[in-house]
Amino acid sequence: MTEMPEIQLPEDKPLEIAGRIYQSRLLVGTGKYRDLMETGQAIEKSGAEIVTVAVRRTNLGQNPDEPNLLDVISPDKYTILPNTAGCYTAKDAVRTCKLARELLDGRDLVKLEVLGEHKTLYPNMPETLVAAEELIKDGFKVMVYCSDDPLLAMRLEEMGCIAIMPLGAPIGSGLGIQNRYNIRLIVENAKVPVLVDAGVGTASDAAIAMEMGCDGVLMNTAIAQAKNPIKMANAMRLAIEAGREAYLAGRMPKKLYASASSPLDGTFF
Amino acid sequence: MQVQINGEAMELPAGATVAALVEKMDLSGKRLAVEVNQDIVPRSQHFEFALNDGDRVEVVHAIGGG
Repeated sequence: MTEMPEIQLPEDKPLEIAGRIYQSRLLVGTGKYRDLMETGQAIEKSGAEIVTVAVRRTNLGQNPDEPNLLDVISPDKYTILPNTAGCYTAKDAVRTCKLARELLDGRDLVKLEVLGEHKTLYPNMPETLVAAEELIKDGFKVMVYCSDDPLLAMRLEEMGCIAIMPLGAPIGSGLGIQNRYNIRLIVENAKVPVLVDAGVGTASDAAIAMEMGCDGVLMNTAIAQAKNPIKMANAMRLAIEAGREAYLAGRMPKKLYASASSPLDGTFF
Repeated sequence: MQVQINGEAMELPAGATVAALVEKMDLSGKRLAVEVNQDIVPRSQHFEFALNDGDRVEVVHAIGGG
């Protein structure tokens, strides 16, 4: 009797962030939509449960009847994840998070991103580390946008960040995951959720992230700037689910040459 | 007195509170956060917190972002 090799399949752990279990592994942003109605419809279609927002000055003299983003994306229905987009220093990022916490009645979940320069919006990791430390000390639950450096990812986890979110490619570029090897290493080492944040362009990019074992994907432009954002939101929902299932199923090994799918015996010619 | 609201100068009566400022901006009842000289003024204190001449005030809200 031959012994069957034990099949090692990945464990299907639910996505847990700050003590809450989420069914959807797709996190979406709310920027760059044509209007608030489209924002609401696309987010509904995406099935996302965690939604990012930015914090900005109220326009002086704005129309008071204009609906507010949080009237459309209600904090009662969605987990609102305020970001620190546009911050280039740790100080500005910490200030933004404190304002966000006040805005959201003391909710302390934040997406920390400190940018390095305008052209690539690449994360400024020295400032990100400083901000993360200060925010964690102040009781924030920090999901951190970061470079795809496996050692820095480990450092952020050790500091107490609750999710590691390396970029797949520059924000808004839609280039897809540029360094799969690094993302793989980060996933392999991490004990907290790893989400690809930024760089996804279309559904296959999201599926690739999930097939590699990422716990989720955060995207904005890929949906908002699609010709039909609502349709793309649905495509992304399906891609995330398909990628996750494929990861859990365990893909076949890649081979250099063909291997016939139909039996070679019993042919009648 | 003059205060800086979101980077712009505004005349307010001496001793005006944060709540009075929010009302003047037509933002009463809206979901927003206020910072005076880089310190948060919690919503619960908007009615008592009096502004001073030269204060730098930020009034922010959530908008679309990724």
